[in-house]
Amino acid sequence: MNRSNASSSSVESGQLRPTAAAAKAREPMNVLIVGVGGQGVIMVSKALASLAQSKGFEVKQSEVHGMAKRGGTVFSHVRFGPQVWSPTIPKGEADILVALEWAEGLRWLSYLKPDTGIFICDTKRIVPPFACLNRRPGAPLRYSRETPAEVKQHVAEGYAIDATQMAEELGNERAANVVLIGALSTALDFPPEDWEKALSQFVPKKTIAVNLEAFRLGRGWINEARTRVGVATVPAEAVPASMEAGYSVRLEITQQWCKSCDICVKLCPERCLRLNEERVVELAQPEKCTGCRLCELLCPDFAIRVHLDTAVPTQGAQA
Amino acid sequence: MRTAPETVENSRDQAKDVRPLTGNEAIARGAWEAGVRVAAAYPGTPSTEIMESLAEYPAEDLHAQWSTNEKVALDVAMGAAFAGKRALASMKHVGLNVAADAFMSQSYIGVNGGLVLAVCDDPGIHSSQNEQDTRIYAQLATVPVLEPSDAQEALDYTKLAFDLSEQFDTMVIVRGTTRLSHTRSPVTVGPRKDVAARPFVENPSKNVMIPAHARRRHAVVIEREEKLKEYLETATINRWETGDASFGVITAGTCYPYVREVLPNASVLKLGASWPLPEGLLRRYCESVERVFVVEELEPVIEKELRALGIKAEGKRFFSRMGEFSPELVRAGFEQAGVLEPRAQHRSWALEPLVRPPVLCAGCPHTSSFMAVRASGARVAGDIGCYTLACLDPLRGLDTTVSMGSSIGNAIGMSKAGDTKPVMATIGDSTFLHAGIPGLIDAVYNQANITVLLLDNHITAMTGGQEHPGTGKTLRGEEAPKVDYEALVRAIGVTWVRTVDSYDLAQMYQTLREGIAHRGVSVIISNRPCVLDPVKIKGPALSIVNEQCNACQSCMNLGCPAMTWGEDTFEGRHKVKIDQSLCIGCTLCAQVCTVDCIKPPSTITTAAVTQ
Repeated sequence: MNRSNASSSSVESGQLRPTAAAAKAREPMNVLIVGVGGQGVIMVSKALASLAQSKGFEVKQSEVHGMAKRGGTVFSHVRFGPQVWSPTIPKGEADILVALEWAEGLRWLSYLKPDTGIFICDTKRIVPPFACLNRRPGAPLRYSRETPAEVKQHVAEGYAIDATQMAEELGNERAANVVLIGALSTALDFPPEDWEKALSQFVPKKTIAVNLEAFRLGRGWINEARTRVGVATVPAEAVPASMEAGYSVRLEITQQWCKSCDICVKLCPERCLRLNEERVVELAQPEKCTGCRLCELLCPDFAIRVHLDTAVPTQGAQA
Repeated sequence: MRTAPETVENSRDQAKDVRPLTGNEAIARGAWEAGVRVAAAYPGTPSTEIMESLAEYPAEDLHAQWSTNEKVALDVAMGAAFAGKRALASMKHVGLNVAADAFMSQSYIGVNGGLVLAVCDDPGIHSSQNEQDTRIYAQLATVPVLEPSDAQEALDYTKLAFDLSEQFDTMVIVRGTTRLSHTRSPVTVGPRKDVAARPFVENPSKNVMIPAHARRRHAVVIEREEKLKEYLETATINRWETGDASFGVITAGTCYPYVREVLPNASVLKLGASWPLPEGLLRRYCESVERVFVVEELEPVIEKELRALGIKAEGKRFFSRMGEFSPELVRAGFEQAGVLEPRAQHRSWALEPLVRPPVLCAGCPHTSSFMAVRASGARVAGDIGCYTLACLDPLRGLDTTVSMGSSIGNAIGMSKAGDTKPVMATIGDSTFLHAGIPGLIDAVYNQANITVLLLDNHITAMTGGQEHPGTGKTLRGEEAPKVDYEALVRAIGVTWVRTVDSYDLAQMYQTLREGIAHRGVSVIISNRPCVLDPVKIKGPALSIVNEQCNACQSCMNLGCPAMTWGEDTFEGRHKVKIDQSLCIGCTLCAQVCTVDCIKPPSTITTAAVTQ
């Protein structure tokens, strides 16, 4: 899959005047690299940019810093060719999307060229705290549910690779991004020796050996996967089914025992309790109460008991 | 057809020294090559790396410093310019608000040594509180703005800015945007220019802005603008790229590559300076084409000027006043204008993207501060910093955030207005030094009944860990005196001050209660270093005894990214597990655990550990 000549894209150029052919010959190669803060997205894009530059291409590499460091989404656009204008890749025009995290790969899927784009994605799942906030019994994890098999239907060429696991087996989980570089290297027309040279500049000196191994592993994996049109399985596809239906929460408050300490009111995650006029706790917003029992557990005087009035399973068999 | 810009030709020339630089690095390089001698900044995304890169050049070449705020930074640079040396101040767009007082008067004074102000706007609000347009400030102060479109121009224009500054006796703004600052592209670099030192010029009628002087200087400023316009009529930084005459595009800065991306062959007038605007050139260009479009991010600065000249220009009708542009948006604008054929919409798979906002780090000391704030039941005026993230679930710990240092003044107002809740201000160490101290003095002076929680994490964290006067280090990493917050706060008249270990949650709760109970101004210093900077902190991770976890989610209320749901459930709720690679062992989760099932690894047998 030598794709250095990416101009065969079927995307209509939409120009007013008939200069499309000339414009197309100058079309750059577009590689979008995405992940979560701390995964090494920028390192991957720097290595690619430096390699492309050493081959005489004009290169633009664009990223957004700022909040990304704190576990947010990170993305880096790398464009190279005889001439590059925009530093960002227009939607629907990425030749290759490399994702270091599963849900991030899905987020950027629409940037791929619909007919020729290649999707290379680690099946690693980094679940943000936001996905785990629903305290109702049986509430599902708010994480992307699309499986590799489904994604395969929507991309021209797709590879879901458990790069993190592969890197762990090499003894360095942090080399997962380099496994993906190995995979990416098969989609571009640069010799592997040059990749390895570029990589060695950007990884810490002590880890060059393990990273080169990771690179070869990724490259080998994808070559093999391509022959069997392979899609690796994503681990932990089983998300617990929602058990939300059919239960109700009842708070039993023993008013005489409440000493107005206010602890439950201030620490209720849903802010649904308050002290009434007699300064005794009451459930002000029953619809918000999830029955998490935190008030029951925190009350120093055992004045609150939470009843989950249904056949909610007490053991997590469904997991 | 258009001629390839000189810069691209240069970058292909192998004999030259070509390096991949970001826009910020290129501005720093340009300043160094121009012989800058003094540079000052307060960190602010996306401008921060300008000063960080300048500090990598030899100390013999230039003095580079973090200042306490942008006004001080500009004052410092201005002082160096008074002294006859080339000087630079850099800041983000909202930093110019802080520096605006000095900025406006500086325009009247002009320069001795060249003075350049690098201001980085943030269209799209990637990491700011608004998306104001610096070009409006330039109009207001009547100073020129150069707008580079890529890193090569960032270097070239910065060098030019110093020359123009001295030639026209004016401060010059080099305006970047987030996209310029954080895009890396090849740049041909050159040697440093040896600039002859100028002596201080004793000229009170120019340098001392009393009314009598200022009135005369205003006339000079207006005359200067005319001279600049004249210069810009023929300046090579304005590029007229010819094409089909049916329509033409006037653009500047980072919008230019987007225009070229979607209209590779169109007629384009690329302005190197977006203020002031050369009337003759604009008229001649607009007469050469049938229809004129203006593509500019944010405010219609160029468009309005064209209209004032009586030229029918179309801009904001097709290209929004909001947000950052992209090739897609520029294309959509031209499609709407009927210049481009609408492109076939490619099929898209409707996916619900995962919600992944930035979060406080695992072990972040702000986490416990805001758990305590929440438990205090106070009305909370927040400020600018990582801790602004505490407004989101699950901490939901602050009610307002306005601008750097606003928290304390806001709190004074809330308490004077008679808010029924106790009133608290939360402010980080760097923000406190930046603009919080006058507010605190005001609180003492006006005897406000507020509690100020000073979140001292020993660094300017949000911009990536910069030193400040409280860290004991300079920009170049040398030892420096260190602000003693307790002494400072006492010196301005606060009588009730406590310093608390942020990781001691019970102590935090208790001290906040006492601080709130104190009538008058109380200050609590929540003291723990940032877990990322200056050193990444990693202690032994904690684990959950799975059998004992009752899935109460108490620990999940911290919003710690190391905590996630495990596969097992209790009463239908997920039990919790701790990501061992992320956990730094701060123990906050163990402190809030209702059943005491979160333990250091040594105290539990491996069999009992969830992972």
